[in-house]
Amino acid sequence: MKSITNVIICGTGGQGILLASEILCKAAMLAGNDVKKSEVHGMAQRGGSVSSHVRFGEKVYSPLVEKGTADLILSMEKMEALRWAPFLKSSGTLLSCDLEITPMTVNTGHAVYPDVISMMEEQSIPCRMVPALEIAEELGNLRVVNVVLIGAASSFIPINEDYWYRAVEERVPQKALDVNIEAFRKGRQLSGIE
Amino acid sequence: MRKKLNTIVGGTLLLSGNEAIARGAWEAGVHFASAYPGTPSTEILEAIGDEYDEIDAQWAPNEKVGLEVVAGASFAGARVLSAMKHVGLNVAADPLFTLSYIGATGGIVIVSADDPGMHSSQNEQDNRLMARAAKVVCLEPSDSQEAKDMVVEAFSISEDFDTPVLIRVTTRICHSKSIVKVGPRMEVPVKGYVTDIAKRVPIPSNARKMHSRVVKRLNDLSAWSSESSLNWIEDGDRSVGIITSGISYQYVKEVCPEACLLKIGMSNPLPWNLIEKFVEMVDKVIFVEEGEPFLEERVRSKFLIPAIGKDIITNEGELNPELVRKALHPGTTKAITFYETELPARPPALCPGCPHRGAFYCLSKLNGSSTGDIGCYTLGLMPPYNALETTVCMGASIGVLSGIEKAVGREGMGKLVAAIGESTFVHSGVTGLIDMVYNGNTGTVMIMDNSLTAMTGGQENPTTGKNLRGEPAPVLDLVKIVSACGVKHIRVIDPHDLTEMEKVFREEFERNELSVIITRRPCVMCYRPAKKSVALLDPEKCIGCKLCMKLGCPAISWADEKPDISKLLCWPNCDLCVQVCPVDAISKDMEGLE
Repeated sequence: MKSITNVIICGTGGQGILLASEILCKAAMLAGNDVKKSEVHGMAQRGGSVSSHVRFGEKVYSPLVEKGTADLILSMEKMEALRWAPFLKSSGTLLSCDLEITPMTVNTGHAVYPDVISMMEEQSIPCRMVPALEIAEELGNLRVVNVVLIGAASSFIPINEDYWYRAVEERVPQKALDVNIEAFRKGRQLSGIE
Repeated sequence: MRKKLNTIVGGTLLLSGNEAIARGAWEAGVHFASAYPGTPSTEILEAIGDEYDEIDAQWAPNEKVGLEVVAGASFAGARVLSAMKHVGLNVAADPLFTLSYIGATGGIVIVSADDPGMHSSQNEQDNRLMARAAKVVCLEPSDSQEAKDMVVEAFSISEDFDTPVLIRVTTRICHSKSIVKVGPRMEVPVKGYVTDIAKRVPIPSNARKMHSRVVKRLNDLSAWSSESSLNWIEDGDRSVGIITSGISYQYVKEVCPEACLLKIGMSNPLPWNLIEKFVEMVDKVIFVEEGEPFLEERVRSKFLIPAIGKDIITNEGELNPELVRKALHPGTTKAITFYETELPARPPALCPGCPHRGAFYCLSKLNGSSTGDIGCYTLGLMPPYNALETTVCMGASIGVLSGIEKAVGREGMGKLVAAIGESTFVHSGVTGLIDMVYNGNTGTVMIMDNSLTAMTGGQENPTTGKNLRGEPAPVLDLVKIVSACGVKHIRVIDPHDLTEMEKVFREEFERNELSVIITRRPCVMCYRPAKKSVALLDPEKCIGCKLCMKLGCPAISWADEKPDISKLLCWPNCDLCVQVCPVDAISKDMEGLE
């Protein structure tokens, strides 16, 4: 039996996590996989932590990824990358947008935003920071950060390149198609595996 | 241009459980659907509205009305669906329990979306128990394909056995996507309305006969279910047999793919013949079910068998593959390389530009607080506002405020007001207000009118001027309604005018008569101002007083003795921080956003 690929995409409400996971699911489907994904809506949308679990392979049962089994975690925010690290398997890849979004608990003085990098070093968490915000700024559209990031992640996910581009084309808003394709390409090139 | 899903009549689609239920309704030839939004059920009616024009679909003011209108359509021979969150079924319980007696002329399917884990709810009631209490059929799908197929099957059951069918889903079914094989729409004619008083008027002499019919119906259904494909046995090592249903089935398959198991698809009435066969087959039974020990208690009450269930699997919260693995197969627990780190929580917050912010900021500033209700404004409880201190159910803010006054008088009530959104007020707040007037209360009710049912993602309601499909609809006039209830003091204000908002609170705290404040400003999800300005900080002028931090705005963070206002998050024309800054260090930047 083909093994299952486990991916978690995480970040905060409003960052476009659901679109990124839709692109991944579509690409995985085009490649002929069984696919399941799971996320939680509702209160979580109001700036809270948001995560999307995606699993694909020959036959998928649970829509949830188990701790210690994620092949890839893509985080749109630094602290969220650390929060989800227990889900990563020892040989897994952790990518994070180099962006800090302070939660309300920090703004109100009830907590301090931690030194994420040194906390990751303490555990030797192999996190690669992706300068997705800078790339989106270069492209003149801050809303495509999520697509830059899924582009960067795509190099680490065993799905044929053509399927990725078809998935992006089908899933992003058509009026912003060109900039999204470009965002995906730049993200993918970043990891140097185009 | 993306094609609507009603143009796709074959092949596969990646659908959420909710989208699959909508699809199932369409394929089953449903004519009419009605619902009140509620997480995790909301997208069912949204998907019907967006994709399936053949179904007449509408938002109801509450779940009870939603179920009553579909009941009427069923009486007239239409196939109907009503969807709600688990607690919505409490509101609709009154029609449900009697509809069970009356039965279904056109098929009636009710979807209850339960929320184990309380991702967006105030309790985790297990509505399989409601189905049993109401003596209606309960089906439990375990993924999107089953959700779609079961909806189609539910209409046959409903019409063949003359019963409403409850489809009980959970958050993890509603909001997980999986691949679904789809088919064409079945064309089912509306049968037409035929008078049948003995069937539809449950005066005691009729209702007694109806109840006998219901009892027989449950026996017939149990026998039928044992033969149906809704439940099945997967054979394996018979030393242990697992009985499971819903999402738990997927976790069992994940953890023990070869296990001997009985998968229950119809959990009320139970397929007793099939269960008997299974328990005789295996040496010992383990029940794996999320929520209450529903299957476990029923099966163990009938068969004296070695069994475990809730002894090893919690009835609190959601199950997940780890929990099921720990219970069934602890030897295969996955190695965890990186441990959990204690990190600041990231709770939800009112959006930048949210109209509720001005009201809660002022209430908090005056040391006031509120009895709360169900909606985004429940977040008024969070720091820095700390301005909401009770929540019970939809509409309860008003009754709770009245009751506090009854117990401790106007003085004891202090600076409490009732805080309720306009959609919740229409849902079930207005009766509380009528009670206040009728029984001589003196408190203040604040109707937070943001012209949208917001927390569930932004739906229309009777006050917004649009219907489910975005077409123009009559606007319910809140001022007239409140006035007609007999309230003499009604004030409508923009909550973002902080000076006025504060003045209104001060005056209403002093007033010794019942009053209603309507704070009116549209939700940021339905209205983006054309004229754009964002807030700009002049660090030279800023004295670091942190007054702007008391707004609890996600766009403002604290960095190096000064606030940092994020241009990315700042909402155009909000200007609350411009108003609160005592030294004019924050100004409107007309250059605006990107």
